[in-house]
Amino acid sequence: MSIVVHDPGLETTVQDTGRLGHYAIGFPPSGALDSYAYHVGNALVGNAPGAAALEAVYLGPTLEFTADSVVAVTGADIPVSLDGEPVPTWESVAVRAGQTLAFGQLAGGARPYVAVAGGIDVPTYYGSRSTYTLVGIGGFGGRALAEGDELSLGDAAVDPRAGRRVEDADIPEHPTTAELRLLVGLHSYRLTPDSLERFTSTAWKVTPDANRVGYRYRGAELEFVPREQPFGAGSDPANVTDCGYPVGSVQVPGGVEPIVLLQDAVTGGGYATLGTVVSVDRDRLAQTKTGDHTRFVPVDLDEALAIRRDRAARLDRVRSSLA
Amino acid sequence: MSSHRITARTPGVFYRRPSPDAEPYVGDGAAVSEGDTIGLIEVMKTYREVKADTTGTVSQWFVENEDEVTIGQDLVELDT
Repeated sequence: MSIVVHDPGLETTVQDTGRLGHYAIGFPPSGALDSYAYHVGNALVGNAPGAAALEAVYLGPTLEFTADSVVAVTGADIPVSLDGEPVPTWESVAVRAGQTLAFGQLAGGARPYVAVAGGIDVPTYYGSRSTYTLVGIGGFGGRALAEGDELSLGDAAVDPRAGRRVEDADIPEHPTTAELRLLVGLHSYRLTPDSLERFTSTAWKVTPDANRVGYRYRGAELEFVPREQPFGAGSDPANVTDCGYPVGSVQVPGGVEPIVLLQDAVTGGGYATLGTVVSVDRDRLAQTKTGDHTRFVPVDLDEALAIRRDRAARLDRVRSSLA
Repeated sequence: MSSHRITARTPGVFYRRPSPDAEPYVGDGAAVSEGDTIGLIEVMKTYREVKADTTGTVSQWFVENEDEVTIGQDLVELDT
């Protein structure tokens, strides 16, 4: 059982829940950026949580199936077809041997996910099938898919079945201005109070530098409180003595163009961290595209933890409804 | 004679030339064939060629070199 890649799309990679547990030695987790879409896709095709799927961006891949299978496309709002006939997203679909799955022009969001019964079968590396393209490990040969690749499928599908569908209320919308909830800190004190207020009141525009490593934004300039540079810090006002960067953390080199670091990013460095996007909202971020806008909405730690609990409960409920 | 518009399939920065001091891929009024490269879109630090999806003659550009474009945005009109 396999999938033949006729057109890879743009930076389409194999991803799963990520390579967790090695952050302390400088190993970012990788894994699906839109975790909800990824998990729901697996539930739709009857996979156990954690099976590897495909993550695409802006353009979907064109994939021929060599054997009968069940697939589900989740995430971005994008037309999908099977041998030219439209098929629904957020729903499991039967595919017959020889049929080809293809994508049309993206209508909303940024990243479609393709879950396949059994999962994409690539070797695990440090416990994960996720691709980390910057250093060429994991996934399919450590790289994005290319024309002519043939992906093996696993045989561990628990209960593959066509016709499972996610309730409309559980399908996220993808507005062109996303609100990302932000836990402010650790170095927010480095911004002037005016600038911290400006950071959370600006509708930041997503620049073309927006990928799995991080998203860079434009929209305002921020000022730092003058001070004598501490020992070990660089000369930029945005520099601090090196520290760890949480996934989702926000740095603003030079006070312009804030960057949100994502699952393929460097794990530490010497820029002041203004705050960290709550993990659940990295899903929303992953569905924003160059030219969209983003607002950062401050929350406190209790709210951030409640958001995480709500998400886990929602995912449990959706999985139960599809079981 | 009818016309056809080539649109952007990804967001990014549009370039009419392969490099800053090269000639444009396609001059004003030039004839293009289906599959010809008419420009580049830079996104996520990669450059992706924009191909003509039909054959025709350039009648109008809707974007300037280095403009930021979004998905579905008209780039150029061809008389076909």
